[in-house]
Amino acid sequence: MTPAESVEKLRARYGEAVSAPVEFRGEVTVAVASEKIVEACRFLKAECGFDMLTDLSGVDNYGEDPRFEVDYLLYSLSNRCHLRLKVKVSEDDMTIDTVTSVWRTADWHEREAFDMFGIRFRGHPNLKRILMWDGYPYFPLRKEFPLAGIPTELPDAEVNADKVRTAPMLGGPFVPLTGTRRSLMREPRQADTVVENEERLKRPNKQEPV
Amino acid sequence: MATQYEMEMIESAARAQQALEEASSPGERMILNMGPQHPSTHGVLRLVVELDGEEIVNVWPDVGYLHRGDEKIAENMTYTQFIPYTDRLDYLAPLANNVAYACAVEKLCGFTTTPRCNYIRVICAELARISSHLLGIGALAIDIGAVTVFLYTFREREKLSDIFECICGARFTTSYTRIGGLANDLPPNFTPMVHKFLKEFPATLEEVDRLLTRNKIFLERNRDIGLLSRQDAIDFGVTGPILRGSGVEWDIRKAHPYSSYEHFDFDVPVGTIGDCFDRYLVRMEETRQSQRIIRQALDNLPSGPVNSPDVKMLLPEKKDVLTKMEELIHQFINVTEGINAPPGEIYFSAENPKGELGFYIISKGGGVPHRLKIRAPSFVNLQALPVMAKGHIISDLVAILGSIDFVMGECDR
Repeated sequence: MTPAESVEKLRARYGEAVSAPVEFRGEVTVAVASEKIVEACRFLKAECGFDMLTDLSGVDNYGEDPRFEVDYLLYSLSNRCHLRLKVKVSEDDMTIDTVTSVWRTADWHEREAFDMFGIRFRGHPNLKRILMWDGYPYFPLRKEFPLAGIPTELPDAEVNADKVRTAPMLGGPFVPLTGTRRSLMREPRQADTVVENEERLKRPNKQEPV
Repeated sequence: MATQYEMEMIESAARAQQALEEASSPGERMILNMGPQHPSTHGVLRLVVELDGEEIVNVWPDVGYLHRGDEKIAENMTYTQFIPYTDRLDYLAPLANNVAYACAVEKLCGFTTTPRCNYIRVICAELARISSHLLGIGALAIDIGAVTVFLYTFREREKLSDIFECICGARFTTSYTRIGGLANDLPPNFTPMVHKFLKEFPATLEEVDRLLTRNKIFLERNRDIGLLSRQDAIDFGVTGPILRGSGVEWDIRKAHPYSSYEHFDFDVPVGTIGDCFDRYLVRMEETRQSQRIIRQALDNLPSGPVNSPDVKMLLPEKKDVLTKMEELIHQFINVTEGINAPPGEIYFSAENPKGELGFYIISKGGGVPHRLKIRAPSFVNLQALPVMAKGHIISDLVAILGSIDFVMGECDR
């Protein structure tokens, strides 16, 4: 069964919740409404032979509404074909149902999507951060999060504040510092989350003798 | 007739006896932390292991200690600028990652490479596969106690590092492929070096085989340990030698051939029950098949240019850049703005030594991707660890970790 036939079966079953397929470079992509995603996945696994979930990724389309989307890449071992499902997730309601009941591999992929974008998966057995530490306050892959990062307190780090020196070339091109005029010029979208750091650049770079 | 007090004593004694007999009483469990620094958790992997005596009841892998934000970086770099980051994903087989990434971006741009480029990429990927499997087998052996094997396999890896240095100047982080071709053609001493390696390598591999494959201790440590059933393997999305060890005959080089893999004649080893020993055998046999592929590629290496001359995304020859106006503009635009990828999204996966390395690229036009998701095989394979480890003891956990052969660089990205 080719992906096109699977999409036809899916559309016959779920009608308007499934959009028309888009084909690019031999791959078929279909947009699915977020209420129907678990049923659609279960149908595709049972009826069309898509027994493997190759990839699940979140995407941030900054400036569009709905802002986020979750892309599922399904693979059929018997038919040797891929199929991609896209589900839009709006910024006001960042939740979508989990598909861990269909493929157990979705567990860690969904945790990563939550960790990086903040997309919550209803019904997930263990929705915790996976790459960043628990309690990290930001969602790094969102477009307004600056590339140089935002300084946060590391958990359990024992650092004597008065023994810490500012990095020698802080603020320049090689040791960037978020929250200064220069970084704001380079990445204007961080304006919502910026922390003022101009005075750190002026701090003297001396350490008292121990 | 017993008093009230005596009856209560008898009842509580009976309850205590029952609690002792029940093996799963929670008070007897211990949580052990195999922290991120541990010689057997290859790389920075933290395992939280719940033990009942010595038996593992549950294990939770805690990943993310090597997270460097590669996907965020990719959204701020042109496609060519990202190539050195792909070296550092699976840092045990950098050439394989380079090949996978280059093929992915070429698929996005709809571009085909020259036959010579494809064959050289195949040779590089298979050399990387040999290198990675040697390390995998060596690490598994040393964790179990066979220290000599580790030294033998690393001696062979040294020869491979010399070959990589010959081809691109770096032993380890190669960055050899470019979008649309390769950085440079093969140097003249490459083919003799590879032939010399292929002549000497089978003897060492047979020696490793003689030391391990029928070794009673190795068999006891690996047979029936870390079983992953076929159904579980597909459900967890594991790929690579683990999937093939569990009996699923699926190899991307055969199922969806890329970079001229369809021209080569090789077999795909498949295991039976999915234990650590099956995975070890799959890796040993894949190493032998890789030698076959390299020999065929070298014998039939097509002549011709490595980089197709009439392509907008490659840099022109330096002598033209310095003398002609059009090439100068072309070089300037390609280096500063990057190649002009069409809007659209693709997924391309390659058969890396660790499994299926996939790049999911969403492009909205221009030289910088909108989203680049790296489908890392080690990230997905590690998810199956709790299923493989349940019911075993800690020393089996060490063998299972060695047989999964993950690498934290690509797991955490």
